[in-house]
Amino acid sequence: MQMARSGWREVERAVSGTPATSPQSNGSDRPSGGVSGRSAHGQAPVALEVRDAGIAFGGVKAVDAMSLRVATGEVIGLIGPNGAGKTTMFNLIAGTLQPDSGAISIGGARVERETAARRTSRGLARTFQIPRPFAGMTVLENMLTAVQGQAGESLLGNLLAPGRVRREERAAIERAHELLDFLQLSRLAGEEARVLSGGQRKLLELGRALMAKPRIVLLDEPAAGVNPALLDFIIDRIAAINAEGITILLIEHNIEMIARLCTRVVVMAAGRWLAEGRPEAVTADPRVVEAYLGGAPA
Amino acid sequence: MIDLVGYGAFFLTIALSYAIIALGLNVQWGQTGLFNVGVAGFVAIGAYVSGLLTTPDATGRIGGFGLPILVGWLAAILAGALLAYAVGWLTIRLRADYLAITTFGFAVTVQLAALNLESLTGGPFGMSFIPRPFASAAGDPVRFGLLNLGLVALVLLVAYFVVEHLTASPWGRVLRAIREDEPAAVSLGKSAARFRLQAFAVGGALMALGGAVQAHFIGFIAPDNYLPLLTFQVWTMLIVGGSGNNRGAIAGSVVVWALWAVSASVIGQVMPAGEQARGASLQIVLIGVALCVILLLRPRGLIGERRTVSRHVAGARRGERSGTMVATGRETPTP
Repeated sequence: MQMARSGWREVERAVSGTPATSPQSNGSDRPSGGVSGRSAHGQAPVALEVRDAGIAFGGVKAVDAMSLRVATGEVIGLIGPNGAGKTTMFNLIAGTLQPDSGAISIGGARVERETAARRTSRGLARTFQIPRPFAGMTVLENMLTAVQGQAGESLLGNLLAPGRVRREERAAIERAHELLDFLQLSRLAGEEARVLSGGQRKLLELGRALMAKPRIVLLDEPAAGVNPALLDFIIDRIAAINAEGITILLIEHNIEMIARLCTRVVVMAAGRWLAEGRPEAVTADPRVVEAYLGGAPA
Repeated sequence: MIDLVGYGAFFLTIALSYAIIALGLNVQWGQTGLFNVGVAGFVAIGAYVSGLLTTPDATGRIGGFGLPILVGWLAAILAGALLAYAVGWLTIRLRADYLAITTFGFAVTVQLAALNLESLTGGPFGMSFIPRPFASAAGDPVRFGLLNLGLVALVLLVAYFVVEHLTASPWGRVLRAIREDEPAAVSLGKSAARFRLQAFAVGGALMALGGAVQAHFIGFIAPDNYLPLLTFQVWTMLIVGGSGNNRGAIAGSVVVWALWAVSASVIGQVMPAGEQARGASLQIVLIGVALCVILLLRPRGLIGERRTVSRHVAGARRGERSGTMVATGRETPTP
């Protein structure tokens, strides 16, 4: 989805313009950030850090020496034109792909060679650009699938500790219902996920991610294809999630969502870090406008 | 009447032994989506392992060891699970058609090994004198048949409850999630390789148990019993009964075996003596047609898959909880 020219103007109108942080403005080609696991944004420790990550598919460098740093409790937007490598970045962070080079840390621990499952156990959860519900399962069981560390997911646990399995499952069901209430999906709890609309699928993905009790959530275009009323609701829910201390990295083309949620935006183009700063500042950066409207720089 | 009871017991005993095998395939395919086309190989392993351990000492081949039938069955379960785990470990990253080709190759290898390792398996002459449960009652065919039917039904019942307990649980839910969308399941922190391996091993163990039960009921096994046709039969049983449903696997086994038995009888009556062998091929055609009809009329099989996986969800009632934050699930900090 190409970001519309009017969308950028909308943000520029909505917020006051300050210069975007850029390699020139901060005197470095690296994104801003502190040292020794502390963020430059207040005293919050770094929740997620990517340093010089790169991956190539054949001759195409989908992500090239990309770095970013997210402090605990931040909502960071990752934006860029189509093909910029944003979703590939998510795949690298989540463990769906392993980088050819560079380092990825979650809570200070290096994870770039760990499996996706291991990273989830470190408190990382993600959603997909195109929602991937388990279509033949109910909404409630979609949610329950995301629970971590249940004894009932082990063969021996099922056979030897049925009481614990039952207790954990009951607790998980209660939590799933609470989250479905939170996301206004309760009435669909018993329905197969295949009947959900596009927007409801987005909400279910969000709910599933939250069931894992994550500390960091990667949201891949949560507003794509949703109507304005639902967009407002999704923004509200993401803000509420963040208010509970969950760090969020957000890929989004919707300017309103970026402007309302993000404290900082990282811009990618052609697989590389292009700019970084407050949303209103980034929109004023001519290189960002060029990347969106005039083709990505080589 | 006595003949009918005797035949009915024989028919059901065979059908229920197939049901054990179909339960195994249901764990692999119905629950997890693992396309195992080497069912016959795992069935053969169970039959030969149990036969080798329980037959009396035989000249011209290694063993037998004359152990009790129960030991043979337990060893078959263990051998099936271990072999499935090993095969799975080598092939588990393969998807759909590649896994099918590999497992088919495995089954052919097992069958050829049984045919050629004469010193271990009896080769083309097979393995005879496999002890039959309740052999002392063999003089009374009806009693013998009913006792064996009772035993096989008991084994099936235990297998069913164990598999149902495992699949209608969070473990089974993860299997279903992997079947539905593996990358999404992985993104939720589930190790797809581990769960797929476990499902493959549980399924292999059940197939081997079914093979062992059959071997001890018939009393004789030979490599020709484990041709790819067996795999086709078991697949048909599962699809007809309802893939993803353990009861469906059992129902499908009885229905398809009935179709198989009736068609054999009809062909035997109708076809001239010289054409009997050729007529037997019609059985396979008939089963294929039955499969097509079921897929057209009831795509989910006779007993479709349940919407809810976990038994805990089916019976859950919402209670009251408070004092937790919604998104994180952590306790609300007290001011």
